Amino acid sequence: MHPAFSVIFLTTLIGAGQGLFFALFASQSYAMVHVLPAHDGGFYAGGAFIALLFMLGGLAAAVFHLGKPSYMFTRAWRGMSQWRTSWLSRELIAMPLVMALFFAYIVVQYFGIDADLYGWGLPGQLSLTVGIAAAVASLGLFLSTAMIYAAIKFLQEWASPLTVVNFFLLGTASGFTLATAYAASQGAADLVPFYGAWAVALTVAGFLTRAASLIRNARIKRKSTVQTAIGVRHTRVEQKSMGMMGGSYNTREYFHGRTAAFLRAVKWIFLVLAFPVPVLLLWAGLATGDGGVLLLAFAVQYLGLLFERWFFFAQANHPQNLYYQVVG
Amino acid sequence: MTQLALVIDLNVCVGCHACVTSCKQWNTSGAAGPMFDDNPYGRDPTGTFFNRVQTFEVGEFPCTETVHFPKSCLHCEDAPCVPVCPTGASYKRKEDGIVLVDYDKCIGCKYCSWACPYGARELDEHQKVMKKCTLCVDRIYDETIPEDRRKPACVISCPTSARLFGDVHDPDSEVSIAIRENGGYQLMPEWGTKPANHYLPRRKTKMHIHEDELTRADNPLRKEDIRHETSRETTLDDWLM
Repeated sequence: MHPAFSVIFLTTLIGAGQGLFFALFASQSYAMVHVLPAHDGGFYAGGAFIALLFMLGGLAAAVFHLGKPSYMFTRAWRGMSQWRTSWLSRELIAMPLVMALFFAYIVVQYFGIDADLYGWGLPGQLSLTVGIAAAVASLGLFLSTAMIYAAIKFLQEWASPLTVVNFFLLGTASGFTLATAYAASQGAADLVPFYGAWAVALTVAGFLTRAASLIRNARIKRKSTVQTAIGVRHTRVEQKSMGMMGGSYNTREYFHGRTAAFLRAVKWIFLVLAFPVPVLLLWAGLATGDGGVLLLAFAVQYLGLLFERWFFFAQANHPQNLYYQVVG
Repeated sequence: MTQLALVIDLNVCVGCHACVTSCKQWNTSGAAGPMFDDNPYGRDPTGTFFNRVQTFEVGEFPCTETVHFPKSCLHCEDAPCVPVCPTGASYKRKEDGIVLVDYDKCIGCKYCSWACPYGARELDEHQKVMKKCTLCVDRIYDETIPEDRRKPACVISCPTSARLFGDVHDPDSEVSIAIRENGGYQLMPEWGTKPANHYLPRRKTKMHIHEDELTRADNPLRKEDIRHETSRETTLDDWLM
């Protein structure tokens, strides 16, 4: 497939934003049972605000994936109507829902709004409730985003549960790395090891599942061949003309237009930038307590994930390409 | 239930592209607006087409065969492009099974084109909405057109009648009979899309001559001279006549 930068930025930005929220919310709920030290509402609100900014960045990128950006205002609302059948429609519902809940979480934390909802006599019950709702919606958003790709069964590189696992793990890994840098910048040194350890664990887990999908994709047995495409049973069928010479949507949308060597290079770049380098930088940052190194870890990992997402799209081989092998 | 569809006879198609040009002509002139056409006479002409004729070579020289292969939307009975549409712009008509796009609802997200294994959909680069074969829905029901011409433009224009049009759910229709009796098949059956359009395979007309048919064992010229011997005995006829 031809990788679209709008979707590359959309999926990586919202992944990091949601991961950052998971990190903040996890530390808040741990603090409520006194496993981690508690912080004031401003800390959580500030972090969730950054998460919301990432979501808005993703939304802005998504606008450029529409035919015309104006469709965002005139037509995109219809995109919520087909949630019974379309994962894209489900994503279009989950995305504003997650952003609204993030916003509610920020408001509740920043202004210290609270209520003794469950009669525990503990502070933070309202923010915990909003946070749980936001986390559940966020899980739904991760699932919808990944299933958009995993649900197309003939794009065999994508049609695997590993796609969902990778979107979740790579998003949360970058979000926890960002949370580590955020905690260091806010002087919350007591949370840095918690975020940092989880960032390393999620990055390693993401490396394992992404490597698993690379191994799987290298061994795919193609179900469609040129023989099934035109229905002629002969071992040697060769296209002589695709019916036009100037190219069309079919030749632009479904091919990445790069060489195999370029693709291999991108694969090794993301395998280095998204996994080992951030882990080393995280380790260095945790050892020295240097917030700058932790921020660099996030920047490198995010850059690596941009390469990873480009490769994810470029690697998928659409069966329609069987009809567009030779110009003529 | 009605399922309108095309049946394309690869045995007859000569690859003249008349269906391609007549399709473009009809559909670019309709109420839905033109199909974009950039540099039509320039170096890199490109534009939206609903129908293409491709050419494949089967076998290895000298035993090769050229197959001209017209390719358009197959109006699948289980169309994978329809459920993925987030806005409901992509739909399959209940009454006749035609898969259509409502251009006023489409947001141009291209997801339906990813979800079509045949690459039958094309984004119009100017209108920025997804377009596809409509089976000339604005023609086949138009009562101002003579009844025998209420067929898709590609079917009307085909000089060799390689394209048949009709209801594949009616077992007695011309298309159903053609599929049944001439080995009609579907493209990429492995994805379970159940395409309504069918293709008829190349068919060879072969004459079988047995070896003993090459030498004439029963030459009538020789047989003519054969006389059966007659009896010398007196027969009943001799008495009577």
